Amino acid sequence: MEKFTTHTGRAVPLRRGNVDTDQIIPAVYLKRVTRTGFADGLFSAWRANEPDFVLNNPRYDGASVLVAGPDFGTGSSREHAVWALQDYGFRVVLSPRFADIFRGNSLKSGLLTVLVPQDVVDELWDRVEADPSLAVTVDLERRQVRYADRVVDFELDDYTRWRLMEGLDDIGLTLRHVAAVSEFERTRPAWLPTTM
Amino acid sequence: MGKTFAEKVWEAHVVRRAPGEPDLLYIDLHLVHEVTSPQAFDGLRLAGRPVRRPDLTIATEDHNVPTEGTELPITDPVSRLQVETLRKNCAELGIRLHPMGDAEQGIVHVIGPQLGLTQPGMTVVCGDSHTSTHGAFGALAFGIGTSEVEHVLATQTLPLTPFRTMAVTVTGRLRPGVTAKDVILAVIATIGTGGGQGYVIEYRGEAIQALSMEARMTVCNMSIEAGARAGMIAPDETTFEFLRGRPHAPTGANWDAAVAYWRSLRTDDDATFDAEVVLDADTLTPYVTWGTNPGQGSPLGGRVPDPAEYGDPAARAAAEKALSYMDLTPGTPLRDIRVDTVFLGSCTNGRIEDLRAAAEVVRGRRVAGSVRMLVVPGSMRVKAQAEAEGLDQIFTAAGAQWRSAGCSMCLGMNPDQLAPGERSASTSNRNFEGRQGKGGRTHLVSPLVAAATAVAGHLAAPADLAPAGLAPAETED
Repeated sequence: MEKFTTHTGRAVPLRRGNVDTDQIIPAVYLKRVTRTGFADGLFSAWRANEPDFVLNNPRYDGASVLVAGPDFGTGSSREHAVWALQDYGFRVVLSPRFADIFRGNSLKSGLLTVLVPQDVVDELWDRVEADPSLAVTVDLERRQVRYADRVVDFELDDYTRWRLMEGLDDIGLTLRHVAAVSEFERTRPAWLPTTM
Repeated sequence: MGKTFAEKVWEAHVVRRAPGEPDLLYIDLHLVHEVTSPQAFDGLRLAGRPVRRPDLTIATEDHNVPTEGTELPITDPVSRLQVETLRKNCAELGIRLHPMGDAEQGIVHVIGPQLGLTQPGMTVVCGDSHTSTHGAFGALAFGIGTSEVEHVLATQTLPLTPFRTMAVTVTGRLRPGVTAKDVILAVIATIGTGGGQGYVIEYRGEAIQALSMEARMTVCNMSIEAGARAGMIAPDETTFEFLRGRPHAPTGANWDAAVAYWRSLRTDDDATFDAEVVLDADTLTPYVTWGTNPGQGSPLGGRVPDPAEYGDPAARAAAEKALSYMDLTPGTPLRDIRVDTVFLGSCTNGRIEDLRAAAEVVRGRRVAGSVRMLVVPGSMRVKAQAEAEGLDQIFTAAGAQWRSAGCSMCLGMNPDQLAPGERSASTSNRNFEGRQGKGGRTHLVSPLVAAATAVAGHLAAPADLAPAGLAPAETED
C-alpha cells in the first residue's frame, strides 16, 4: 500500500447523500478478476444518464478530493468501489458519515476517508462550485483538512493513521502474531465444524 | 455489569488484545464466492502466503451464474473466466467448492445454514454484505471487503475495533399475512439506512422469538440495509431443532456440549445496549418500498409520499430524486403501482418457507398476462425440496418461470435483469438505482406480497385477491 502523509488537490462537489456502492460501481463491472482498471465503471450510470452529473463537468477534471453528502458507500461490500475511486484519480473522500464496510475497505486500500461535519461539506461544495481551482489539503500527520484560510481538524485513530502513514500491509502485521493464533486454535472447542 | 450476547461472542474470539490496537479476532468460518475473491487469491500468491485454514473455508458459485441452461458452459466470457478462476483457486489451495450443477450449490448465505456450518456463537465472514444473515443462529457474522478476504485466508483472523450494540425489540405478535420481511423493512424505515452504522443489532422480543429460522434469517439478512455490521438473535430451541442432524452439526457428546454452551449465549439481564429501538408487531402491516434505498418504505395501504411534506431538506431532495427515478407521482396509492416483473428469490427470501408461502398464494391462480414472474430457489437443495413438494408445478401452472439456484435478479450480474424502465416487485434486499438492471425500478416486498402482486399485476397483498379459480387475474384493479 502506498504511504499517505499529506495530499493537496482540487475537489469535486458531489451533492448527494446515501450514495450506495452500486452507484459507485455497478455490479456488471464486478466480473473482472483484476484489482485495477475500474475507472470506467465509476458512477457509470450517472455519468451516462445525467448530463449535469458533476463528473461530466470538465471544470472538475483532474480533481482528487471527493466531497460527498452523508452515508457515502452504503450497501454492497464490494471493494471495487474503492478501487474505482482510486483508479479514477481520487486520493481522499470527505463526508459527514461513511458506511462501515466501505470505510474499512478504503482504509485498507489507502483511499483516505475523512469524516468532516456537514457544515464543512456545505461550505466546500459552495466554494468549489464558485472556484474549482480551490486547493484542498488533507494532512494525515496533523489530522487536518485545510483550504483557503480554513483549518478543520478531523479524527482518525492512532493505529490506522500509523498504518496509512507507513503504508503497512495489514496481513504482515498480523503474521507477527502467528504464535498467538496457533495458541488460540488449541483452545477452540471440539464441536466447532470444519468444511471438510 | 452484564454483557450482551454479542459481546460474549466477541470476547470468546479475541486472539490478541493490546492497548491502542484493534482486537485480533479469530474467524470460525469463511465463506467464499467468485466475485470478491479473485483479487484476494492473487494477493496471496504474490506474497507467497498459503491459506491458513482451508478446512474452515468453503466456496460456492452464486453471484454471476446463470439460472437456466446451467448444464452448459457460461456464455458470457467475462463471467465464465471469473467462475473458472474460482475453480482454479479452490483446486490449487484445497478449498471445498460447490460449483454450478452440484447438489449443494447455491447462494452462499443459504448453503452455510443448510449444511449446518453456521452455528451459534461462531464468527462468520464472507466478502458479501449480507453475511449478517448467519446472525439468525446467534453467530457474529458480517460482510468484509476483498482486502479482508485475503487477510482471513492468510491468517484466519481479522483486526477489528469492537462494534457498539443496539437492541431492536419487537413486542407483541405478527398478524396473519405480516412476515419477517415486513418487520425488517419497518425497522429500516424507522432507523434509516445509516441508523445502524457502527452497531451490531440484537433482535429480541416476543415477535422475534416466535419466528422460524428462515424468518430470522430474513430479518438478520437486511441488518446491513440499516447500516449495521451485523444482526443477531439469541439461539433457542428453534435454533437447536433446525441444526439437529444437519451434515456439519455436532453429534453425540459434542452435540450436548455445544447445546450447553449455546444456551449461555444470552444477553445478561443487567447488560446495557448503546442504543435501543422498540417496535410493536401488532401494528405492522405488509411493507413495500417506493424509493431507491431500503429505508424509503411505507405500509402497502399507504400512498407515495409527497417530498414537499419532508421537513429535512436532504430527505426532501433524496425523496424527489427517488420519485423521479422511480417515475412515481406523490399521493398515488401504492396498490395502484403496476409492475412488469416479479422476482421471488435471493439470500433474503429464497428459502423453502418463502417458496411455500408464495406457492400457496399462486396455487390455482394465474400470473397476470402483463407480468413475468421469476422463481429462483436460494440453493439446489431448496430447489429439490420444492420440487419434491410439487411447488415447481404450482408456479409453472400459474405461468411463472422456475429456475436454478443463484443470486440472479437480486443484483443482475447474470442474464436475469430488468430492462431500462421496467418495474419489479422483488423479494430481494436492495432497491438501489439500476440494482436489478440498468434503468430498472425496484419495489422491495415480502414473498406473500410478491406472489399476490404477480397475480394482480399491481402491488397487492394476498387478501386483495379474489378467491382462487373464480376471477380472471387481470380484473383485480
